Amino acid sequence: MSIPRRFSSVHAWFQARPTFALVMLAISLMALPFLVGGGLGNSWVRVLDFVLLYMLMALGLNIVVGYAGLLDLGYIAFYAIGAYVYAWLASPHFGLHLPFWMVLPIGAAIAGVFGVLLGAPTLRLRGDYLAIVTLGFGEIIRIFMNNLNAPFNLTNGPQGINLIDPIGIGGFSFGKPFVLFGQTWPPTYLYYYLFLAFTLLFIVIAMRLQDSRVGRAWAAVREDEVAAAAMGINTRNVKLLAFAMGATFGGLAGGLFSAFQGFISPESFTLWESILVLCMIVLGGMGNIPGVILGAILLTVIPEALRYLGDMQRAAFGQVIVDPADLRMLLFGFALVAMMLFRPAGLLPSRVRKREFAARDGAREQEQSDLYDARA
Amino acid sequence: MDIFTQQLINGLVLGSIYALVALGYTMVYGILELINFAHGEVTMIGAMVALTVIGVVMGAAPDLPGLMMVAAGLLVAIPACMALAFGIEKVAYRPLRRAPRLAPLITAIGVSIILQNLAMLVWGRQYISFPPILPHNQHEFLGAHITDLQIFIVLISLLTMAILVLLVEKTRLGRAMRATAQSKEVAELMGVNVDRVISATFVIGAAIAAVAGVMVSAYYGLAHYYMGFMLGLKAFSAAVLGGIGNIAGAMLGGLLLGVIEALGAGYIGDLTGGFLGSHYQDVFAFFVLILVLVFRPSGLLGERVAHRA
Repeated sequence: MSIPRRFSSVHAWFQARPTFALVMLAISLMALPFLVGGGLGNSWVRVLDFVLLYMLMALGLNIVVGYAGLLDLGYIAFYAIGAYVYAWLASPHFGLHLPFWMVLPIGAAIAGVFGVLLGAPTLRLRGDYLAIVTLGFGEIIRIFMNNLNAPFNLTNGPQGINLIDPIGIGGFSFGKPFVLFGQTWPPTYLYYYLFLAFTLLFIVIAMRLQDSRVGRAWAAVREDEVAAAAMGINTRNVKLLAFAMGATFGGLAGGLFSAFQGFISPESFTLWESILVLCMIVLGGMGNIPGVILGAILLTVIPEALRYLGDMQRAAFGQVIVDPADLRMLLFGFALVAMMLFRPAGLLPSRVRKREFAARDGAREQEQSDLYDARA
Repeated sequence: MDIFTQQLINGLVLGSIYALVALGYTMVYGILELINFAHGEVTMIGAMVALTVIGVVMGAAPDLPGLMMVAAGLLVAIPACMALAFGIEKVAYRPLRRAPRLAPLITAIGVSIILQNLAMLVWGRQYISFPPILPHNQHEFLGAHITDLQIFIVLISLLTMAILVLLVEKTRLGRAMRATAQSKEVAELMGVNVDRVISATFVIGAAIAAVAGVMVSAYYGLAHYYMGFMLGLKAFSAAVLGGIGNIAGAMLGGLLLGVIEALGAGYIGDLTGGFLGSHYQDVFAFFVLILVLVFRPSGLLGERVAHRA
């Protein structure tokens, strides 16, 4: 990852003291919700939780898009499947209240199965064709969720499913406020630590995967599928594995979302969510974990921060001229275009991608996979 | 009333609109291999601009015949969309012509978001109704009803497609477009100004999209800042169904998709024993898309891209 020069001495200082850096990082991560909650208000702790949830999704999608080079525009479908499975197995909707340690893996596994089901027939398509098929799949799942309240009520249609059980261990529930230091803290604080644990786990898995035999196979398939097949890689299985693994991550994140919100409806699983997660990866730097993390933070926090535009307008003009919610998406669109025009490799590009972009001017002839193809 | 004939007619009318939008996708894809995500939004802008103009004309000269008002709307909407597409191509796609493929796809999504939200700021969140200025007489036809409006839509679509085919087959610009689609390098060597051809492709596609936008809003009697999104997806499916990059394919794919949708929505309830209803209409386009891509990735009439899929 690239570090701006003026930070490099600080960076080196920390690099020389890895234990100290790790302890500092751990302490700041532990203290973060209290700092944020104290400084900006409790609603921002909730934003923090969503940052972590999106990070989970982005890390999962990064396996599919960043590692294996398969463009997936329907990723939110797997998140939706995980969320709905959790809601079915742990809410009054069917009267089932299974514990989360059973429900989360089931949801993740079902999402993974759907990943294989979608991937098996479509993975021989490449590039933007695959993108469109996955997009169609995402829409199909959403339309079914929206309409499967008849003839039997599976999803409760557009109203969604309510009163989903919060995550609890024994008698301890993450869904209730807790008392610490003589003060009562809302459940968003507890969920922060839970999500943080999952995020750290995902990061470790994703990093280990990248350096594993499978990870190298993914990179090979991404760079040149024909050459990879010639090297003895079973490209179909390798791509399916990426799809299934990304879907599993997505399903798990969906289950957590379901428990955290306590309410889900098809509205949470639109195409724009898929695009948002994809943009996090692209913005941060595809295939690079620090980049993906940065992308998830930026794209979750910035839209929230833009809510203040309403107050700013009121202060400046005495009234809200443009609804900040409308303005947010507009600015988001501009940011996407500007990003691609001025920094197409992302904010923190991976070393490989950076080399690809740098080499483009010199050696443009190089044959690469569809997605990364520099069109001569 | 014969339900089958009725659904067939409805499907063909809707399908001719899909076909018009699909043409824009297929022409751009044929030359740049880019899914121009913003095309659906260009269609929406066309409808919105035309509706605004129609509103103004109605206020100024309420005695004009309805067709004249719609023509006035089209006369403003078409150049507006052409200018818009020209700008989009110049700002968001041209600088990325040599970038990795994902880059222009992302800017296309970005442009799409921008246009949607600009439209929402300008025209508001509510549905805008298309004034009932066009004749709505019903005719009996093979045991089904067909309205003046439906006939009008099909005629305009056919006319637009005929003009496009003439343009592509008979003019210098059309020849340059076909050459560029085959090979940009060779076309350039032959003296074709490739940048100009690409611009022209976007602009022509946008002009057709404006016509489609006006007709779709006349057909449903509504326009909405979000209408371009689903329309765009379906039109793209239609383009893939017919064979992307192939102009005749886009027309065929559009008509077929319209018919499949209408018949599917009409019969799905009976076929599944009432399990699935007509509100699954939007699903058909995607099922068709997935099936086509899996079993015949080059589409019904396409051959050129077969090796790529």
